[in-house]
Amino acid sequence: MAKFTTLTSHAVPLPAENVDTDQIIPARFLKVTDKHGLGDSLFCDWRYLKDGSNNPDFVLNEPASQGAQILVAGNNFGSGSSREHAPWALVGWGFRAIISTGFADIFKSNSLKNGLLPVEVSPEVHKALMEAVQLDRSTKITIDLQTQSVTGLDGLEATFPIDEFSKHCLLEGIDQLGYLLSFDDQITRYEQQRT
Amino acid sequence: MEPKTLFQKVWDDHVVVQEPDRPAVLYIDLHLIHEVTSPQAFTGLRERGLEVRRPEKTIATMDHSTPTLPKSLWVIDDQAKAQLRQLERNCEEFGIELFPLGDSRNGIVHVIGPERGFTQPGKTIVCGDSHTSTHGAFGALAFGIGTSEVEHVLATQCLLQRKPRTLEVRVDGQAMPGVTAKDIILALCAEIGTGGATGYVIEYTGSAIRGLDMEGRMTVCNMSIEAGARAGMIAPDETTFDYLKERERVPQGADWDGAVERWRQLRTDEGATFDKTVVIDASKLEPMITYGTNPGMGMQISEPMPTTDSFDDPSQQAAFEKAMGYMGLEPGTQLLGKKIDVVFIGSCTNSRIGDLRMAAGVLSGRKVADGVRTLVVPGSHDIKKQAEAEGLDLIFKEAGAEWREPGCSMCIAMNGDNLEPGQYAVSTSNRNFEGRQGKGGRTFLASPLTAAAAAVTGKVTDPRSLLLS
Repeated sequence: MAKFTTLTSHAVPLPAENVDTDQIIPARFLKVTDKHGLGDSLFCDWRYLKDGSNNPDFVLNEPASQGAQILVAGNNFGSGSSREHAPWALVGWGFRAIISTGFADIFKSNSLKNGLLPVEVSPEVHKALMEAVQLDRSTKITIDLQTQSVTGLDGLEATFPIDEFSKHCLLEGIDQLGYLLSFDDQITRYEQQRT
Repeated sequence: MEPKTLFQKVWDDHVVVQEPDRPAVLYIDLHLIHEVTSPQAFTGLRERGLEVRRPEKTIATMDHSTPTLPKSLWVIDDQAKAQLRQLERNCEEFGIELFPLGDSRNGIVHVIGPERGFTQPGKTIVCGDSHTSTHGAFGALAFGIGTSEVEHVLATQCLLQRKPRTLEVRVDGQAMPGVTAKDIILALCAEIGTGGATGYVIEYTGSAIRGLDMEGRMTVCNMSIEAGARAGMIAPDETTFDYLKERERVPQGADWDGAVERWRQLRTDEGATFDKTVVIDASKLEPMITYGTNPGMGMQISEPMPTTDSFDDPSQQAAFEKAMGYMGLEPGTQLLGKKIDVVFIGSCTNSRIGDLRMAAGVLSGRKVADGVRTLVVPGSHDIKKQAEAEGLDLIFKEAGAEWREPGCSMCIAMNGDNLEPGQYAVSTSNRNFEGRQGKGGRTFLASPLTAAAAAVTGKVTDPRSLLLS
């Protein structure tokens, strides 16, 4: 997994609430056996017109969105299906962090395993960020994982929660499976006790 | 001894290691896999040179992208075919039991687990599928996981988990005829919203839950995730034991008696507390239906739809207006009488024999309305056989509905069973997200009774009007 320390980037505003994983990546793209190459299908049904051309009204297609690594999304982002294809598609497009007031549980867990940082902020901070980004699409936001802070707007200094273990894994670029495998002896003992 | 909730008991029993400031290492008793969310996990194992730690604790089925037409008419696109083959190869290489397409034990993952007795009280059960919450109906701790976690379970039989909070959903009172388990869970989703239980494990309690059979309890637990909860649980009781007794994979003989003795301890102790409680009065419920684009956008079927003014929060107002735009509906009007195109009876929520009996009860001696396509898709081959033994298939076919082979079908629309753009469906499945049942399709979620009633009239209909006549 790629390390996450600090990130400074312009952002894509997507204020819709309850964006579910079927919108992030529709089920018809789940027939793959690989995790790469899903970026082109991200938000597919909002992003492309019937003839397959870009929908000019969808924010991801705006020139100002290109190269952005931060998505500022509405509340309860990533609800619904457990498909890890959702963070794979977001990372595939180029996102490294999502700022929202809340994330669905499974989506959050999946994101943390793919170097995609869910940044949960208060409704007030979220409103300020969303408005600033919508007003000036070149607004740069900085996310510092070590200090768990979001900065970039005048006078704004917000913090976000993250559990110590996920933070450690992201900062060091450590895979969680490696940690789990280190408990082999304890797992064996547990299994022996139960049988 | 400190009083404990049902959840706490199952959790404590499965913690292998708990280091400070670290998630618990939680042991997993049963791992279910299917074609869609497992291939990348096996690739990960191969890349690391890992084995499957306990292959006998994982079982596999094919359900998401499988055809539901008879074998002679199967159409499986190349990508889906490759994915099914990949699952076959993975199971063979790593020694995992597979119920493949066409096998008499095949079916939807959350239907066959309980049906074959793999699902048991007190187990930890996971699957790369959010509706794994279904199995909590048996007093198991069951939740959906991502593909990285599928790999973790394959390699270590464990998961890293932070302890969730607990939410009691107490459903008291006696539901009126025509009000089903589906209506109870849709009422909860409408009450607390799709993110209302995020971070919680739900325990369903109360007389209306006790009064449900196992199939109804599975319907309720299945949609816990639609309120944001990864897991929903119901304490096991005689109803649970009667359902499980003598099923293929449950303990047999003296072992059965011992197991039941243990399972009886799996209930929330007097004096144990939940982090939060929500109370629903089942006697006040009507049949429920959704009008919007998430399962929380639901209402009693006779109510008018809300208007923008019904919501205080500007972002909720915007979400409501966006949903109404997608659904092509007029705020503040009645949904009753709305013309529909398709009825889907199936999915891991409502494809069990009791669901089919409910639908057949409405369709018996009646015809599907002109121009309405009705699909009835049983959850497994066992259910299909049972339904055919009872003659339900004939009732469906004589009414003009399509009687299909088992699978997820039009719930997720990966297998060619899908809505056309703009079509309206009344569906017994679990998600009304934009495009969920086919790009541009529009879904009203409801019970099997309400779905069957819509098939007969061609319109959104209160099923009680047909039950009484």
